[in-house]
Amino acid sequence: MVAENRKIVIEPVTRVEGHGKVTILLDKDGQVAQARLHIVEFRGFERFIRGRPFWEVPVLVQRLCGICPVSHHLAAAKAMDKIVGAENLTPTAEKMRRLMHYGQTLQSHALHFFHLCSPDLLFGFGSDVATRNVIGVAAKFPELAVQGVMMRKFGQEVIKRTAGKKIHGTGAIPGGINKNLSITERDELLADIDQMMEWSRGALKIAKGYTVEHLDEVADFGSFRSNHLSIVRSDGAMDLYDGRFRAIDADGNKIFDQVDGEDYLDYLAEDVRSWSYMKFPFIKSLGPDDGWYRVGSLARVNACDSIDTPEAGAARKDFMAVTEGKPNNITMAYHWARMIEVLHSAEKINELLQDDDLQGEDLLSVGERRDEAVGILEAPRGTLIHHYKVDENDQVTMANLIVSTTHNNEPMNRAVSKVAKDHLSGVEITEGLLNHVEVAIRAYDPCLSCATHALGRMPLVVELRDHEGTLLSSGAK
Amino acid sequence: MAEHRRALVIGYGNPGRLDDGLGPALVEQLEALALPDVTVEASYHLSVEDAEAIARHDVVVFVDAHTSVDEPFSFTPVEPTEHVSFSTHSLAPSAALSLARELFGATAEAYVLAIRGYEFNDFGQGLSPAARANLGEAVESLASMLTRGVFTVTEPARPSATAARDKDLTCKTENM
Repeated sequence: MVAENRKIVIEPVTRVEGHGKVTILLDKDGQVAQARLHIVEFRGFERFIRGRPFWEVPVLVQRLCGICPVSHHLAAAKAMDKIVGAENLTPTAEKMRRLMHYGQTLQSHALHFFHLCSPDLLFGFGSDVATRNVIGVAAKFPELAVQGVMMRKFGQEVIKRTAGKKIHGTGAIPGGINKNLSITERDELLADIDQMMEWSRGALKIAKGYTVEHLDEVADFGSFRSNHLSIVRSDGAMDLYDGRFRAIDADGNKIFDQVDGEDYLDYLAEDVRSWSYMKFPFIKSLGPDDGWYRVGSLARVNACDSIDTPEAGAARKDFMAVTEGKPNNITMAYHWARMIEVLHSAEKINELLQDDDLQGEDLLSVGERRDEAVGILEAPRGTLIHHYKVDENDQVTMANLIVSTTHNNEPMNRAVSKVAKDHLSGVEITEGLLNHVEVAIRAYDPCLSCATHALGRMPLVVELRDHEGTLLSSGAK
Repeated sequence: MAEHRRALVIGYGNPGRLDDGLGPALVEQLEALALPDVTVEASYHLSVEDAEAIARHDVVVFVDAHTSVDEPFSFTPVEPTEHVSFSTHSLAPSAALSLARELFGATAEAYVLAIRGYEFNDFGQGLSPAARANLGEAVESLASMLTRGVFTVTEPARPSATAARDKDLTCKTENM
């Protein structure tokens, strides 16, 4: 019974992003009964855009999140394409958007790997948090830290040249794009792409090497069998920008495939739990207990049949070989999968920059006006769904957004539970336990900043309470 | 501005969160003044690539909204830190400065211009009237300092529980 349980509260999870809180519930025997990751889901944003003209939405939604504004920009634009009846974009428009998206994926994954994840891998996630951070990496591995900075910068430059500016871009508009890529802009990006490819290969080598060398250690760390959800292309290949839904189970069997984004409500539902503001999405046909799934790099690499760029395609084969072709359910393998996608993004950027369509002049499409549409996208952190209804006055009357971190809500809770069960000893919150909780959550690269009203950072606070709620001990760092 | 001293002003925050947009709003106004040798950047938050930009300048001013600083603003020096507040996607000014020095040999002197804001707890565009007034004074003061090349820090902010923990952390660097 919960009333007999004791609670250990880790609040907030500032070592990941934004605000969160971990509560570890002990049973009356002092064993871990359950761990809960509390995230304050964004509220009020739908109200904020209700009543706005639909063409403003692709710009407005970037206010949601400073970490992945381009994802929201593109998902909203994809929905609004359908509102204006632009079922098929011009080649220039689609390729400009893809270039923007791959630029974002590259910079986002590079930032996460070099500056958030690499301290865990390079120093070991049991090491002192005082040095296990970006400054520590800069001091001991300056060449890697510089690579991270420059890859992030390159991705931002791609965004700037496709979206118009690095933040609050206006590039994607309902029905297409508002600019093409000039020859000068193309050549500026081409000048750096070989270096980006080389650094991407290096990052992949580190991530793969770490996972393979520490397979015994990471295989069980915060890991569990799960379903996986991703967008895939019509031929089953990875496609981060467009496609249809595919869900597979832990053994790789398809639960559904080639499901149109417009039909997401027929296949996905969201569970509500009393202790969390954030919902728990699940596959309807399996129900909330068995239908939860993972999204993001691990799910994408698992769910697709192939990757259509040569180096990332080969890297995926290496990745799948570890689990003999079956889905990889190792939580820490997210990092390896993420670096496969970095290389894929670099290859895609290189491919697109060679394409004359980027200098095309035909930027917009229109068609028969609709009043409801869904835009889907594989954001760096996972599947993103934007659903809107628009009235005859062009005003938004309904918006429903399911962000990547929400999809991964249940898996992150499971990861924290697994780590707590494996690493909690007695009733003391040790540095080791904190480190392990942090590393498990960070594998998902959650972006809590679009899911919360963070009001500034706070220290990590740990509280231990007995079954009556009495504070037994606490710590902060 | 003293000769050949290149200044970088980075204003950050989310304009979709009311007064959190003070940083970008200052950048917009400062950009309109077109001061010589002054580069302006607006961003949602500080990130690692800012380290590289910092290294290309002699003076850097981080501009952010602040929840509790004395009105209308504070202007304080920043020193690099070895301490990073865990691993988030965004950086505190001291961490950005530290990275800039560690990775790119930056020697820039650095300051934080923290403008007092009041309304943060909702989505919405536009500053509150009081924040707008504070912004006006901050723009005027910063423009004057950039023009003269003389940077005058304000009195220490009044003590607060948050400030006592870490002055960087009182700035609203992650409220998106």
